Amino acid sequence: MNTVTGSGECPECFDQVELKDVMQNEIVQCSSCGADLEVTSIDPIKLELAPEEEEDWGE
Amino acid sequence: MIRASIVGGSGFAGGELLRLLLAHPEIEVAQVTSNRQAGSFVHFTHPNLRGQTTLKFCLPDELQPCDLLFLALPHGEAMGRIEHWKSLAPKIIDLSADFRLKSAEEFKTWYGEDHSAPEALDQFVYGLPEITREELKSADLVSGVGCNATCLNLALLPLMGTDLVDWSRGVIAEVKVGSSEAGAKSTDASHHPVRSGSVRSFAPTGHRHTAEVQQALGWHNVSNDVHMSATAIDMIRGVLGTLHLFANEGVEERDLFRAFRGRLKDEPFVRMVKERKGLYRYPEPKILSGSNFADVGFDYDPKSGRIVIISAIDNLMKGASGSAVQAMNLMFGWDEATGLSFPGLHPI
Repeated sequence: MNTVTGSGECPECFDQVELKDVMQNEIVQCSSCGADLEVTSIDPIKLELAPEEEEDWGE
Repeated sequence: MIRASIVGGSGFAGGELLRLLLAHPEIEVAQVTSNRQAGSFVHFTHPNLRGQTTLKFCLPDELQPCDLLFLALPHGEAMGRIEHWKSLAPKIIDLSADFRLKSAEEFKTWYGEDHSAPEALDQFVYGLPEITREELKSADLVSGVGCNATCLNLALLPLMGTDLVDWSRGVIAEVKVGSSEAGAKSTDASHHPVRSGSVRSFAPTGHRHTAEVQQALGWHNVSNDVHMSATAIDMIRGVLGTLHLFANEGVEERDLFRAFRGRLKDEPFVRMVKERKGLYRYPEPKILSGSNFADVGFDYDPKSGRIVIISAIDNLMKGASGSAVQAMNLMFGWDEATGLSFPGLHPI
């Protein structure tokens, strides 16, 4: 399986997310905002928000 | 070692300052004064310092010369004897409001009295390192900061001096504050059955710290149209600021992220908090208790252009004694974070 090391832009907070040996479709987390991100492409590296269950904090 | 003394050490800010200085590797605390508690061990007033020191409070007139004098007196009492304090130490940090504003006219407008030492106003450097870091490095006289003003100034810091904001539309800010802001002396209004559980608007307009925010914005050459309201809530330490301002046409959320991240990345005590995961996704003062950190985050409504900035500090730390120690570190050329590494508690 092909893997890649590098960085991609978080689509949520626009910070650079450092990636190490990640595969296509792997889920990673942005260290700045905590968003779960799917590696949708490794050449070039592209990150998209992974589906996430919304919380309503009981409100 | 630098010998430092505290004038007015029986209040909350004085006690917090003493806690920080006793643990500071470069400081020997020489004397701590209190008119009310003179002769008594300091740990009977500040019980968290039990076993940390054998210092007793002394009277102000018993002060000996030292290297650095902290003034933690009620507002108005530092300026009245400033020449006397200067005769005791070559460097002074005054935590009160007496020397925060550069203009004697502004002082009179907000504090309702003439300044008794207007000639000294220009000699003091405003003690918020995030704004006056370079001046502090060569300063001998430093003013403290207002806690609510600091919460708002640090919230605005990433956008000050940028063209992302339509400053002509002003800044509207609300602070929710803990009871320790009111000081160590009790009043009828602070009596537990009255104060506990209350959500008390105590300064819908006219809060004095507004002047410090206006002053800081003025230093960054942007409109200083600031409107502030303050509400006391059921919390002991902490300030939560919520600020509303409007973006210029065409500004995107990405631009705000870049501005916040770019301005805060090298600040040792101001953190950006805007998260999709976690227990507190925006700044929360509770977890900052006892720490010198300030947390700042924002949200943006692109339809209306409204930017909402949220900021949190511990009023006694970043809003008073923590910033004072941070300023001291800069004045003496030490690492800015010396003695200030405590990250706070969770849960608390």
